[in-house]
Amino acid sequence: MRLEAKFKWLPTPYMSLLLFIVWLLLNNSVSTGHILLAAVLAIVIPLATNPFKVKQPLILKPGLAFRHLMLVLYDIITANIQVAILILGPNKKLTPGFVKVPLDLTHNMPITILASTVSLTPGTVSAEVYPWQESLEEGEIPEQRFLLIHVLNLTDEEALIKTIKQRYEAPLKEIFQC
Amino acid sequence: MIEWIISILLLIGGCFILVGSIGLVKMPDFFMRLHGPTKATTLGMASLLTAAMVFFSTTQAGLSAKEILISLFLLLTAPISAYMMIKSAIHHKLASIERTKGKDNIEDDV
Repeated sequence: MRLEAKFKWLPTPYMSLLLFIVWLLLNNSVSTGHILLAAVLAIVIPLATNPFKVKQPLILKPGLAFRHLMLVLYDIITANIQVAILILGPNKKLTPGFVKVPLDLTHNMPITILASTVSLTPGTVSAEVYPWQESLEEGEIPEQRFLLIHVLNLTDEEALIKTIKQRYEAPLKEIFQC
Repeated sequence: MIEWIISILLLIGGCFILVGSIGLVKMPDFFMRLHGPTKATTLGMASLLTAAMVFFSTTQAGLSAKEILISLFLLLTAPISAYMMIKSAIHHKLASIERTKGKDNIEDDV
């Protein structure tokens, strides 16, 4: 895990890239003027806002991050179809449940990404991260964290936990190297 | 040809959003209701926006890619709103239907 970027003037390289792309998309043009303005904003905004932010782990494996993004997008599409079928089927067949997934991740940022992917993928919505943030000392990082998720149709708890850990958590661990 | 693609995309999008809303009405408890709108609608919106993208790219000069941004923001905000709602539901100890498994996994908050 690394918190500091290589260059001082570019504290969050991928956020800069995102800002650059978002600016061009917002203006819907790739004229020289807009590219220049986007580049200036992409450098100035992270520099100006960085002192206010809590340091987050940086993406260390961009290629893997991209591949993971594609996997998640694919899963979102299948998730939509699966949930649509579950919703249209009879209610009686559904057995909802709460499942606690033990996490290997410890930092907030990767856990946030994991919780969001879990919410967007088949039949699961993340509900809570344990232990409670309020029960911790200031700046204390707990050793073991749990993600509480609500499952629309719980059939095999063990298999579900295994899928989440292997399919979504393991790549995140790789990407952030933590 | 282009019209066909746009129409099919609009229909798919409409269907998914309809299914999401049906889920909202049909499910027996709050936690299960949450699943429809968070998932079924993201793909629904994505196909509607793709339809908009195809339409504006073909009828107006130049490529229109703003819609990608809208889908991106939707994908970012949908899980967060779901998370906030389910968090407050747990805080208020909202009842879930009886056959819900693993209720003891919920810890009391401080």
